[in-house]
Amino acid sequence: MELAWMAWTWQTGVFFAGIASLLLTLTLLAIFRPETERVGVIGIATTRGDRLFISLLGSAFIHLAWLGLVGPGLGWASGLALLYAAAVFRWV
Amino acid sequence: MKPVNQKAWLLVLPVLLIVAFSAVIPLMTVVNYSVQDSFGNNQFFWNGLGWFSELLDPKSDLGSRFYDSLWRNLAFSGIILAIEIPLGIVVALSMPRQGWTVSATLVLMALPLLIPWNVVGTIWQIFARGDIGLFGAAVNALGIDFNYVANPLAAWFTIIVMDVWHWTSLVALLCYAGLKSIPDAYYQAARIDGASRWAVFRTIQLPKMSRVLLIAVLLRFMDSFMIYTEPFVVTGGGPGNSTTFLSIELVKLALGQFDLGKAAALSIVYNLIILSVCWVFYTVMTAADARADADAGRV
Repeated sequence: MELAWMAWTWQTGVFFAGIASLLLTLTLLAIFRPETERVGVIGIATTRGDRLFISLLGSAFIHLAWLGLVGPGLGWASGLALLYAAAVFRWV
Repeated sequence: MKPVNQKAWLLVLPVLLIVAFSAVIPLMTVVNYSVQDSFGNNQFFWNGLGWFSELLDPKSDLGSRFYDSLWRNLAFSGIILAIEIPLGIVVALSMPRQGWTVSATLVLMALPLLIPWNVVGTIWQIFARGDIGLFGAAVNALGIDFNYVANPLAAWFTIIVMDVWHWTSLVALLCYAGLKSIPDAYYQAARIDGASRWAVFRTIQLPKMSRVLLIAVLLRFMDSFMIYTEPFVVTGGGPGNSTTFLSIELVKLALGQFDLGKAAALSIVYNLIILSVCWVFYTVMTAADARADADAGRV
C-alpha cells in the first residue's frame, strides 16, 4: 500500500484501524445484541457506546498523564487504561 | 416481526461523506502529523511520542509555552465567567417583562451578538487606543496611564471588558428566557407569604434559572476557552506573550513556525480538553432534561 500520500505512517494506520474496528464491533453488537441504557456508579444512563467513549477519552488522559509524570515507555499506562476501560464497562 | 427496509441509510451517505472530508480525515491527519517531524519539501520523519513528551514537560520550550497559554486561558475564562454570569443575571432581572419596551430591549441586547467577531475586535482596538480611541483617550485624560499595546494589565483589561461587552447579553437573554417561564402564581404565592425580594430571587427565580444558567456557564466557558479572533485583532497576543491564549499559540506554532508536529500534538491535547468539557456539558444537559421530564411526570 502507498503510505507516502499525506505522509501516513503504519502506526497511525494501526491506531485508526483499532478505533474503526471498535466502532464496527459496537455496530454489529447493536444489530445482533440490542441493549437498553443502564445507570451505573456515576448516576448517568449509559449505553455501550457511551462507555466506550468514556473509556477512550479516559485512556487518552491516562496515557498523557503517564507521559507527563513518569515519562516515555507507555506499556504500564496502556495496562492501566485497559483496567480503567474494564472498570468503566463493568460499573459505569 | 415486520421486515424493515434499510434502504433509507443510503440517504445518510452524503452527510457521512461530507463529515469524513471535513472532520474525520483532517483529524486523522492531525494525529498523523503529531507523531512526525516535518521539514520543507514535504519531508516527514518519525518522531514517536516525542512532541507529546516535550509538550507535557514544563521545562521545555514547547511545554512552557503550552502551560503558560493554558493557565492564561483558564484565568481568562474564570474572570469572564465571574463577571458575565452575575452581571447577566442582574441585567435579566432588571429587563422589562411587558409592554413595548420588551422588544426594544431584546433588540438592543441582541445587537452585540450580531456583530462579527473580527469587527468586535476592530471596534475595541480603536475604542481603547490612547490617542484616538474614545475609551483609551478618556482614561488617559483622567491621568491614568492606559496603553494596551505596552502594558499587559491594560491589554487584559481591554480584552476582558470587550468580552463582557460582547457576551453578557447572551447570558442575560438566556436568564431572561428562564425568568419568563416562571408562572405568575409563584410570585403571587410569594407576595401572600410576604417574601422579600431576596427570598423571591433565591427560592423561586434562581432555581428556575438554574438550567439556563448551566447552559450559559458551559457555553461561555467553551467559547472563551477557544477564543481567537478578538484578542488576535486587538493585541495579537501581546504585549510580549501576555494575551497569547491556546488558540493563538497554536496558530503561531502551525502557521508562524510551520512546526506541524508540535502544533498537531498541542491541538490534540487542546481538543481532548474541549472534548471532555463538551461531554460534561452534554451529560449534564441530558441528565437535567431527564430530571425535568420526571418532575413533569412525562416519563
